[in-house]
Amino acid sequence: MKVRLWGTRGSLATPGPETARYGGNTVCVEVRSGDGEHVLVLDAGTGVRNLGRTIPGTTRRVDVLLSHLHMDHIQGLGFFAPFYVPGLEVHVWGPPSPSESLRSRLGRYMSPPLFPVRLRDLPCRLTVHEVPCVNERIGPFSVDSSLVCHPGPTVGFRIAEEGRAVTYLPDHEPALGLRGPLLRGGWTTGTRLARETDLLIHDGQYTERQYASRVGWGHSTFARAVEFAELVEARQMVLFHHDPDHDDATLEGIVAQLLRDTSPSMPVCAGYEGQTFVL
Amino acid sequence: MEVQKEVEIILTRQLASYLATPAFLVDPRGTLLFYNEPAEVLLGQRFEETGELSVEAWGTRFEPTGADGVPLPVESLPLVMALRTRHPAHGEFWITSADGQRRHLLLTAMPLAGQAGRFLGALALLWEGPGK
Repeated sequence: MKVRLWGTRGSLATPGPETARYGGNTVCVEVRSGDGEHVLVLDAGTGVRNLGRTIPGTTRRVDVLLSHLHMDHIQGLGFFAPFYVPGLEVHVWGPPSPSESLRSRLGRYMSPPLFPVRLRDLPCRLTVHEVPCVNERIGPFSVDSSLVCHPGPTVGFRIAEEGRAVTYLPDHEPALGLRGPLLRGGWTTGTRLARETDLLIHDGQYTERQYASRVGWGHSTFARAVEFAELVEARQMVLFHHDPDHDDATLEGIVAQLLRDTSPSMPVCAGYEGQTFVL
Repeated sequence: MEVQKEVEIILTRQLASYLATPAFLVDPRGTLLFYNEPAEVLLGQRFEETGELSVEAWGTRFEPTGADGVPLPVESLPLVMALRTRHPAHGEFWITSADGQRRHLLLTAMPLAGQAGRFLGALALLWEGPGK
């Protein structure tokens, strides 16, 4: 299984020379099967445009897994090339709301006045699936998802192939309301998905100072992300969903200090566009 | 291996941990999942000391009775009724807390429905009544 980051930025695309190293595109991750034949697309921020252009015309099926429907996770949908390939089988997976189906929610964006092309007018063969799902088979992958702590219906995903797993928790506030360490005994969201995962892609948006005024916004501090990775005994963690205010130099400084302060037991880095992991 | 709770239950616990109103959280089978510090005062026992308890255990541990002192069957307690009927339930009764105090309690229990209508249990809010 190969994992490639196509967009690492949270909240808002931030292109420019000051973000050239880690990237300015909003969140998108590609998971490709070991044989290279099957592609899962995790979220469709602006990074999905570049990913979509690499999918060959001979591809028969593409699956897009949406963690939730905030704009930084769906803004690229309308620019995802496979949507416009007649007859191509495209499956979109994501959470409904308590009162509205996923298709209806997606249609709010994929329709005028926000977007000129309606969901129903796409030439691909589109199928919409609602999550959470448990042990769903998509090609060679086993896909597990569950709701996590973040405003509005939001899921994380665990994708496994041939005994290796990547866990994707791009927007996750595991310490909401906590004054001490993360709770054990099943009281922290995301732990089921992330337990002993080979690669944890986890929200690491805020410094402690930023978080103090953004409690409940659905994101993790750098330190809580490391604490979560230790709690679930992840084997490697990539900090993800970079804050728009963190340019390359700032992010490098924050992560260097984080590693000094926490001495994590697994490799930890800040994800950058184009970064690839082979599991 | 520990089983992760549903996110709605986790958030309900977080909410309860901030409330000054005594709160008591159970799963669909009535198993006690959490009660907050104000509830600890009423029950005379810290949650860390009780941990998770079956409905039979917590339904009898505090010896609930009516005003006349006659023991109440577990199934008549409002929290248990809310679980069974999946409708809000309200009632009042007397307990003997773990520190030996006799307390008059008023309790309102709300069933909890999560995403996709999943039934997740119930949250009870308690008040100490005027009765002795």
